[in-house]
Amino acid sequence: MSDIELRQPVSAEDHWPDHAPGDEPNDSPGHWIRSYLMGLGLATLLTVASFWAASAHPVWGPALPVALIVLAIAQMGIHLVFFLHVTTGPDNTNNVLALAFGVMVVALVVLGSIWIMNHLSHNMMPTDQLIQMQM
Amino acid sequence: MTDVQFPASLEAIRRRREDPNRVGHGGHGSGGPILGAGHGKTGPATKRIIVGYGFWIFLLSDIVMFSCFFATYAVLQGATAGGPGIRQIVDLPRVEWETACLLASSFTCGLSFAASNAKNILWTQVFLVITGLLGLAFVLLELQEFVALAHQGFTPQRSGFLTAFFSLVGTHGIHVAGGLLWLGTMLAQVQVKGFRPEIMHRLICFNLFWHALDIVWVGIFTIVYLLGSIT
Repeated sequence: MSDIELRQPVSAEDHWPDHAPGDEPNDSPGHWIRSYLMGLGLATLLTVASFWAASAHPVWGPALPVALIVLAIAQMGIHLVFFLHVTTGPDNTNNVLALAFGVMVVALVVLGSIWIMNHLSHNMMPTDQLIQMQM
Repeated sequence: MTDVQFPASLEAIRRRREDPNRVGHGGHGSGGPILGAGHGKTGPATKRIIVGYGFWIFLLSDIVMFSCFFATYAVLQGATAGGPGIRQIVDLPRVEWETACLLASSFTCGLSFAASNAKNILWTQVFLVITGLLGLAFVLLELQEFVALAHQGFTPQRSGFLTAFFSLVGTHGIHVAGGLLWLGTMLAQVQVKGFRPEIMHRLICFNLFWHALDIVWVGIFTIVYLLGSIT
């Protein structure tokens, strides 16, 4: 028996007709494991950097929040690429577009809320003047 | 594709619906898919990609919901009403353990998926169980934190800040707990049904869910705990 004949019974198309040909990923387990190892290494590095930065204060105080947020965004990118396998491939264009829309909504909600709530009394008279007017 | 053919009338209906003007094919009687009939060059995407895409849309909507909790937290951070601020309740060593558990579980979840793709039930199950135990450790650590805070009188009712804190961190915790239930059912399904296509699709969705929870946790430990510890 040739190699092809040996492999055929385990291929899903023979048993489940709704399973389209090509539905199985061709990548070997090694490909996946390499990707996850890479992701784990980079994510660990960034996590350790975050916690170290928060406790050791290696940069100028006011810059620390910015550094932590940059580290967090970098780590989210690592997770997306190596764990969630968001790629630039043609089968991923829809996922990337949906992600871009999601990021836009998240940015609008978070930044918009902070912006509005911090400027609620922007055009209002300061409280002490208001009290003087009433007197 | 298969031995099973549509009855002639059904086949005719299918062809008329998919290709009303019969521009997609010249000959008659071939049972194959109609290429180039409005599906682009390569034809429709595989079910695997469509399932992943649909679940990805759900996950993004879930992340949008989390962003509302993040926005609430950012707005209410200073509303302590004389109660404790974030600086007083943050416990960094516990957060380090929680983060380590969740990151390791994300990794083992990925390994279980690699084993699923290789059609290896034993390693799929082993890595899924490790993923579940790490997730359980995370949930228990968080529960311990909440109980310890409640014992000090720091409950969600105490201040606007504590409400925002508990709802943001708690919603993520509930997601992880729900993921654990899902993981239990996947263990059973893989054991009983094997790697049928629909089981593989569910495993894909579970993986996406678990990794997305880790992404949300990156936001929580940075925005809530680390930024809280330095203010």
